[in-house]
Amino acid sequence: MIETLMMYLQYPFVRYAIIVGVLIALCSSLLGVTLVLKRFSFIGDGLSHVAFGAMAIASVVNLTNKMVLVLPITVISAVLLLRTGQNTRIKGDAAIAMISVGALAFGYLIMNLFSTSSNLSGDVCSTLFGSTSILTLTSKEVWICTVLSVVVVIVFVLFYHKIFAVTFDETFAKATGVNANAYNLLIAIVIAVIIVLAMNLVGSLLISALVIFPALSAMRLFKNFRQVTVASAVISVICALLGLVVSIWQGTPVGSTIVAADVAAFGICYLAGRLQGR
Amino acid sequence: MSYIIAKDLRVGYEGKMIADAMNFVVNKGDYLCIVGENGSGKSTLMKTLLHLQEPVSGELIVGDGLKANEIGYLPQQTLVQRDFPASVREIVLSGCQSRCGLRPFYNREEKTLAAENMERMGITALADRCYRELSGGQQQRVLLARALCATQKVLLLDEPVSGLDPKVTIEMYELIDKLNRDGITIIMISHDIAAAVRYASHILHVGATVFFGNTEEYAESDIGKFFLRQEGGEER
Ligand SMILES: Nc1ncnc2c1ncn2[C@@H]1O[C@H](COP(=O)(O)OP(=O)(O)OP(=O)(O)O)[C@@H](O)[C@H]1O
Ligand SMILES: [Mg+2]
Repeated sequence: MIETLMMYLQYPFVRYAIIVGVLIALCSSLLGVTLVLKRFSFIGDGLSHVAFGAMAIASVVNLTNKMVLVLPITVISAVLLLRTGQNTRIKGDAAIAMISVGALAFGYLIMNLFSTSSNLSGDVCSTLFGSTSILTLTSKEVWICTVLSVVVVIVFVLFYHKIFAVTFDETFAKATGVNANAYNLLIAIVIAVIIVLAMNLVGSLLISALVIFPALSAMRLFKNFRQVTVASAVISVICALLGLVVSIWQGTPVGSTIVAADVAAFGICYLAGRLQGR
Repeated sequence: MSYIIAKDLRVGYEGKMIADAMNFVVNKGDYLCIVGENGSGKSTLMKTLLHLQEPVSGELIVGDGLKANEIGYLPQQTLVQRDFPASVREIVLSGCQSRCGLRPFYNREEKTLAAENMERMGITALADRCYRELSGGQQQRVLLARALCATQKVLLLDEPVSGLDPKVTIEMYELIDKLNRDGITIIMISHDIAAAVRYASHILHVGATVFFGNTEEYAESDIGKFFLRQEGGEER
């Protein structure tokens, strides 16, 4: 196994894949707790479908750098979804369901109608499940992913306490003069960026798993916000590394392997939490 | 000039007012109790005082050097999800957030302030415990410590004793009374009219008829007599 790995690691694209994969996994775990606790997970889900639609358009018009289109569309949708979500819960939920399913159908439709690719179902499959895409990133995409991931981590660290305050008790934060709406907007934008990033790693259908599983696992084990945040970052990075290594070694699809590792980690943390509780 | 002046203030949702027009003033050092039936609009008034929502009509003037972010607040019920992982210290510190502005981290002064307020509320020993594993009374103290981090001037408390047992209730009242003697202005919503009359300096009765005055005036008024008598009857 080690030899196979070593052989692969000699290729720069494999090394890139691993670096980018780990960075993306780190980012996506950071806002997991907020996403779960603020009931923003539905926004995450909706956005990943929007990103799929945008990706479909990007591949149909044959953009070399798909991020240029996908990122702005997803960020704008995040801002819009947050607006509707704040008005009335039920209406917001329905709007998100409509947008996300609509984007999915629309994306598949235009791919079907306009795609020049000979392997259409393969393209769709890899957009949805990310199959091998992390290994086929161009060096430009690697750079964009790296820069965006670093920006996300820096923003998260700088706004950590504000994110905590707004997540824990938005009303109190607002009442004492914290600009909660601005921070909600920031959170939504960061989520959009993370989703676009994560799409490269695991494809749009599995993004929620990448974002939410590490946070849920960490919450089984730890009871304060900082520990949970750190633990979910660690769990996510380890799972991504494991998943990448196994997929390179065994030739399994990258995204599903990473998510399988996340699910396994959740199982372990769940059991550990039960044992600890006793 | 007073901290808060309400002139013909009507509160409500989406242009529909709930209670009658209110006129009252809150001065530095006051202890104002807001009483009234369920659904009479007390929490709504509180949210209006916190500028979380606009008054339907009338005026709300804030003065005497009081700024909007110098009001501490204890909500009626905090919608903290069952699973929220947060330690007592993290929560109390988050009360300092409004002081931070855009500064990303808490400074030494704010950490000291949080530690002092935990000491004041007698929860220093619980600092590293998980909030959701505390009892209701302990949780109230944590939230009170957080509110104290946000202000040295005015505290708004929405039913701080609901769900507490009689002994802890009295402790809570004593704690609040001590804060008031330390110079913090208190505005408290309560259903416990007997306690309101005992501790407060002023009473605001919200509902179909609105009463505002100091505690003696309230005890002498028709509405006050009616409610105090009812309450006395219940206790027996
Ligand atoms: N978000 C809202 N939108 C519309 N109406 C509301 C909203 N919140 C409360 N109300 C209505 O406003 C009225 C006053 O509610 P409020 O919460 O101010 O009462 P309260 O005096 O605090 O009662 P309690 O003693 O039970 O806490 C109620 O009739 C309630 O149904
Ligand atoms: Mg109320």
